[in-house]
Amino acid sequence: MNEQLTTTERRKERIDRGIKVRTEGIYAVSSWQEVAYLVLPRLILIVGLLLLPLLIPSLYWKRVISIAAIYALLALGFDFLAHFVGLVSLGGAFFIGVGGYTAALLNKSLGLPPALTIPMATLGGAIICTLLLLPALPLRGVYFAIVTLMYPLALMRIIEALNIFGGTDGILGVAGFPNRWIEQYLIIFMVIFALFGLRRLVNEDIGLVFRGVKDNDQAVRASGLSITLYKAIAVFIASGLGSLGGAYLSHIYMWSGISQFALDFSVIPIAATVIGGGGTLVGPLLGCFILVPISELLREFGTLRIVFYSVILVMFIMIRSEGIMVYAQRKYHQFERWVKV
Amino acid sequence: MDILIYGIINSFSLALMAIGFTLVYGISRLPNFAHGAIYVITGFTVWWFLKKLHLNYFVAIPLALVLMGLLGAAIYRFVLIRVRGMATSEIIATYALGVAILEFLRWGGFKGMTYTLPVFIEGSITIGGVPVDFQRMIVIAIGIVVVTFMWLFTHFNKTGLALRGMAQDEHAAMMLGIDSDWMAVIAMGMGSILAGLSAIALLPLGNIVVEAGYNVLILSIAVCIVGGLGSWVGAILAAFMIGFLQIITVAYIQSHFQMVVALLAIIVTLILKPSGLFGRQKELEERV
Amino acid sequence: MSEEDILQVTDVCKTFGGVQALLNVSFSVRGGEVFGIIGPNGSGKTTLINCITGFIKMDSGKVFYKGKDISNRPPNQIANLGVTRTFQIMRPYYSLPAYKNLVIPLFSPRARRTGGWRGGGKLGDRETVSIDILEEIGFERDSFVPYKLASSLPTGYLKRLELARCLALRPEIILCDEVFSGLSMSEIASMVPLIEKLQMDGITLVMIEHRLRELFRVATRVMVLNFGEKLTEGHPDDVMQDERVKQAYLGSEKLLDYTFEG
Repeated sequence: MNEQLTTTERRKERIDRGIKVRTEGIYAVSSWQEVAYLVLPRLILIVGLLLLPLLIPSLYWKRVISIAAIYALLALGFDFLAHFVGLVSLGGAFFIGVGGYTAALLNKSLGLPPALTIPMATLGGAIICTLLLLPALPLRGVYFAIVTLMYPLALMRIIEALNIFGGTDGILGVAGFPNRWIEQYLIIFMVIFALFGLRRLVNEDIGLVFRGVKDNDQAVRASGLSITLYKAIAVFIASGLGSLGGAYLSHIYMWSGISQFALDFSVIPIAATVIGGGGTLVGPLLGCFILVPISELLREFGTLRIVFYSVILVMFIMIRSEGIMVYAQRKYHQFERWVKV
Repeated sequence: MDILIYGIINSFSLALMAIGFTLVYGISRLPNFAHGAIYVITGFTVWWFLKKLHLNYFVAIPLALVLMGLLGAAIYRFVLIRVRGMATSEIIATYALGVAILEFLRWGGFKGMTYTLPVFIEGSITIGGVPVDFQRMIVIAIGIVVVTFMWLFTHFNKTGLALRGMAQDEHAAMMLGIDSDWMAVIAMGMGSILAGLSAIALLPLGNIVVEAGYNVLILSIAVCIVGGLGSWVGAILAAFMIGFLQIITVAYIQSHFQMVVALLAIIVTLILKPSGLFGRQKELEERV
Repeated sequence: MSEEDILQVTDVCKTFGGVQALLNVSFSVRGGEVFGIIGPNGSGKTTLINCITGFIKMDSGKVFYKGKDISNRPPNQIANLGVTRTFQIMRPYYSLPAYKNLVIPLFSPRARRTGGWRGGGKLGDRETVSIDILEEIGFERDSFVPYKLASSLPTGYLKRLELARCLALRPEIILCDEVFSGLSMSEIASMVPLIEKLQMDGITLVMIEHRLRELFRVATRVMVLNFGEKLTEGHPDDVMQDERVKQAYLGSEKLLDYTFEG
């Protein structure tokens, strides 16, 4: 397939590298080079993520990596919901908070160890979040955005006002991880798993249904599928990822509080997605690993960091940028050359 | 009796807050998540005019309102116009802008008791055994004025009628030569002015806090959803419903539950009648 | 209502704002027939389909399918019962290739229940089944066509794709909203055998059409709507003789064509 951008005297020709057959997603692989071509980027990513904690000496920064990984879970969820199902989630903090509090409560009240609280909080958080978001699902996208925006803000105020779940102080004395290596690497494995899991999911048939819900929901209904059900499944997955992150966070800091509903968790995933490249799943992940360290560096600027991301976010939207990964993928899959007219 | 009085006051406050939001959504289908931010920034602008530039009250207010109107218009003209039609991006853009503004103000250190706006008139009177300060009466007065003005504007003024036309049917309006982008600019400008106006009326009752931005956003959205996104008649009615519900909650349960009321109102509406009281959003059910 | 009636619609009313789109429309469709719905523009034909298939809530009235009340049920439920429809303004999944367009309906509970198309193969591979279905409706199997993006297909193919989307559900009845519109004479000529084939497969068809000549070739009964009300119904020849119908179509070239044809 060729695409052309015309300039005054030359035109840019883009040609796909030869191994795509017939259409998107089907590759005819017949040589080592071609296998490598497909596998290499993924390998680099996985190896890179696994090596990262080893390359960073400082304990402080090792923890930043873990936090970045948690944000990555949120960003994956956001990208999945926004670009594969058509739901804009303005409140990543909601998932983190629900997961975080659930894990902390399970740990403190029932004395369960992190090995149990994390999976339970993931599942429980996903159920709670999906149920709470259920009323908005049969409706147009803007309602979902409104409701996701509202929940973290409202829950923060409710916890504060009613002084439940530890009120403004939060839940202290939550158990930590037994082993530093587990704490460091478990989350990285989760992120890799989530990334490739989602990638696989969106290429399965159910992924097509999600895309149908996003692009053309009336046709999906006419095909006998309930869009509310599929949106609910998608929300379940995304909120599960977020709750997982929240539960993990509670055990890293050994504390759970209303700041888990903070704006950072809502804004950074969105910024990471827009900058990293929406719709690629990898892009948001990379975006987080770029933004979160920057966020740490800017820590002394306090809440100005959030201003910074929001402004960058708006700018990216304004220039209709496709994001880093989309650009990179395009470059990788096609090569351009200038052709004389 | 005091429930009645406080209820009316609260309702008018909510109505004032919400009407800017519902205006913009009704006309251009834009959910302006920066609404709360504009509310707060108006407050700070007026404060700055009064305290730093020592402007007269009667100069500061109109000036601030004009600035807010321009801000709203600029937001549309420079940012939103580029993402028009892409619902996802519109939402993200206004949300990010709102957050940017609010967090910037928070970083700028604008908190504490020193940031207040003076009330228009000091003192209070008693109605039916309930003390009501004049400022709150003014809120009601402004509320009534705004509603009346909106009604007259959209029924008798050419631009107002054009806005109403856009709200009813965008394509038909465009066919009649009404420029949809220009209408959106006007709508955003007016919505911002209304947000600013509500800030000016309500902020003297307390301090100017950044949190108010988020609160106002949630409350406005709650009112608009219950009333039906886009219907300002619905918004006013919903404001009264929620307003009274909140006051009753304060009286009989606990005052902390106010936010819960707003939240519950949204959820209940979405479950029972998603299009709200007067929603024209037949697209929720009938969209073929 | 006789035993053979597969679809019965009684007294459907729908108002939009101030406009009465449908007023007391009633009709029945016998199993296996091709039933036409005709009428001038704005007579409420599409609204009627939307009401029957659950996309729009009726103000009043009832719809019975094989004796079961399906009034105002959600559209996906109705589709899963075997009542499918096409869209007048076509809605393919433009960003997907043609064959993937069919994967989505094949994912529905109904398609999964009834197993592979024509009993062949596990439904595990929906893509294979899609290609089969596409071949049934006229996409040449070995060509590029099934793999082309829906956005690059011409209208004729897209109309067939709409029908294919319905077929993937193994329907008992298809409500076709103007399948012939936008097609050239030759394209229509090649669509008619497809319609006849569907009928021979036992599928009941309700067709809303403007192209009367082509419709009357396949339809055994038609109903005329005007301004949301049913004028008359019956055999095409009888219906077209009715004075009121002529009035409704007054000035329409198609009518003149038809009468000229004799």
